[in-house]
Amino acid sequence: MKGPRQVTVSLYPSPQSFLGIFRSLPSLEKSVGKCLILFKPRASRLVLQLHCKYGVTKTHNLAFQECERLQAVFDTQRCASRLCAPARGMRADGRRDLGRSCRIWGAQPPPVSLRVLAEAVVHFPLTLAEVTLGTCPSGKISLRNYVEEEAELSKTMVTELWLAEDEFQSVAVAPGSHITFCLKEFRGLLSFAEASNLPLTIHFDEPGRPVIFTLDDTVLEVHLVLATLSDLESNSQSPSTNGVSHLPAPSDDFPDDLESYMVAMETSEGGFEGPPSPTFPLRTPRPAEREPEEEEEGAVPGTPPHKKVRGGCAWGHGVGRASS
Amino acid sequence: MPFSAQPPASGERYALSASLDNARHLSSLLRAVHFQDHATCLATASGLRVTVEDAKCIQANAFIQAEIFQEFSVQEESVMFRISLSVLLDCLTIFGTSSLPGTSTALRMCYHGYGYPLMLFLEEGGVVTVCKINTQEPDELLDFDFCSTKVVNKIILQSEGLREAFAELDMTSEVLQITMSPDKPYFRLSTFGNAGSAHLDYPKDSDLMEAFHCTQTQTNRYKISLLKPSTKALALSCKVSIRTDAQGFLSLQYMIRNEDGQICFVEYYCCPDENIT
Repeated sequence: MKGPRQVTVSLYPSPQSFLGIFRSLPSLEKSVGKCLILFKPRASRLVLQLHCKYGVTKTHNLAFQECERLQAVFDTQRCASRLCAPARGMRADGRRDLGRSCRIWGAQPPPVSLRVLAEAVVHFPLTLAEVTLGTCPSGKISLRNYVEEEAELSKTMVTELWLAEDEFQSVAVAPGSHITFCLKEFRGLLSFAEASNLPLTIHFDEPGRPVIFTLDDTVLEVHLVLATLSDLESNSQSPSTNGVSHLPAPSDDFPDDLESYMVAMETSEGGFEGPPSPTFPLRTPRPAEREPEEEEEGAVPGTPPHKKVRGGCAWGHGVGRASS
Repeated sequence: MPFSAQPPASGERYALSASLDNARHLSSLLRAVHFQDHATCLATASGLRVTVEDAKCIQANAFIQAEIFQEFSVQEESVMFRISLSVLLDCLTIFGTSSLPGTSTALRMCYHGYGYPLMLFLEEGGVVTVCKINTQEPDELLDFDFCSTKVVNKIILQSEGLREAFAELDMTSEVLQITMSPDKPYFRLSTFGNAGSAHLDYPKDSDLMEAFHCTQTQTNRYKISLLKPSTKALALSCKVSIRTDAQGFLSLQYMIRNEDGQICFVEYYCCPDENIT
């Protein structure tokens, strides 16, 4: 007696043919009682049969091609770090404040829902390709957009946010670690996890080693394995690297310091050269260190000069610098 | 020449003159057959028939019986003309297509005869619009020669069961295949699209099946682009009868109940793309 066989197929011409069958969820819920899935290797067909009300049967014979099986090599057990975000949770007051400590409640608050991560990624533009997840020495988890090495930091907007350890169900991470992975896939998984109300666990290791996102259920097990960017150069203090910031994460009095920081910015003359994340309130703005000529660095002769970033944005580089 | 806003007295001799309190009784049916710009109108003592054809393969007819009209008179045995259905519909719905409760557009329709335009007097809320639509020589219409004696297979289904199916037809398929049989699958609609084939089976004992008279197993294919417009008629109808004859010609008859509960019919005839069995 043969055991079950595993086959990898790719739906032809695209998975849309499969998804199209389940396109209208309300009408499916209203009229479909049962769905039968049959695999017919000899005919190269995947058969989906919907048993609907009134005895009506809808049969879809989808074409497929057998393809080579892609096997990602990973082992969640061997990952140095693990974060777990529960599916559903409650806040005593219904509010959500990133980075706030739990001193407001006194007792340990229940873990916040997966929405924390979902709402964190909302801060990044939809076109952003990669995001860096990092762990700060203070224990906070940071998320920040990945900036290409070649990109001019003076013209790039950097967004960074921190999540406290207690925002997660469990945190077992190697301090100072960071990984960069594709945001688009992560967004997709987050919305699926939210919709299916499943806790999400993130397993990661060194840069370059895959990050594994897992969802577990009695009937479903999801492993999303994403490649991460490997660290080509060692982490340095140079502002041009996109490593995790080596400055401490903002304290929990951050919003108060932000105000004084903004005030200090408005009163400063000229621009300042800051670290990759000038949002740390512990940093005081410094006068511009660069030569004015350096503003034209990178400009190609014969082409119009690059647009200068005008001041006012607290999160960007080169804020307050005079524009040409 | 200025045209009087008064509708002509009913004493005047018009080849066709009709009055309708609610123009929607006419416009909604005409929309169900509006897949071509032009239509041929035939008025007889029994009522009005509006015919639309395409590709010499498909014909749709909308029937509005004389009883639906408040007044309907045809002077000769029959009156026939070709007219722009798009323009006719635009005129009938000139006061808008949304139906506010209690309001309706009243219609008076007059046709002097051959060579004259069709005149429409439309009134809603005291506002009167007069439309004059040019008419043309009627085209020769297809005769599918479809009579009840030649019917091989016939079923009557509740439209509710077919509406979704037709709305979601895989349009990447060139044909819609219809199988009717005294044996399984009884009644099957099939498409063959880019992603694969899809079959929709209705068992003969389904609650949706009002009548099932299949004597022979027949499978016929029809160009899906020609049949897709019938979805409009299906959406309006409560019941549909599906019949095929020995050559595989398809007749779809839709029973439509209007706002006042009166029954009207729309039918579609289609030639088979190829005869399989």
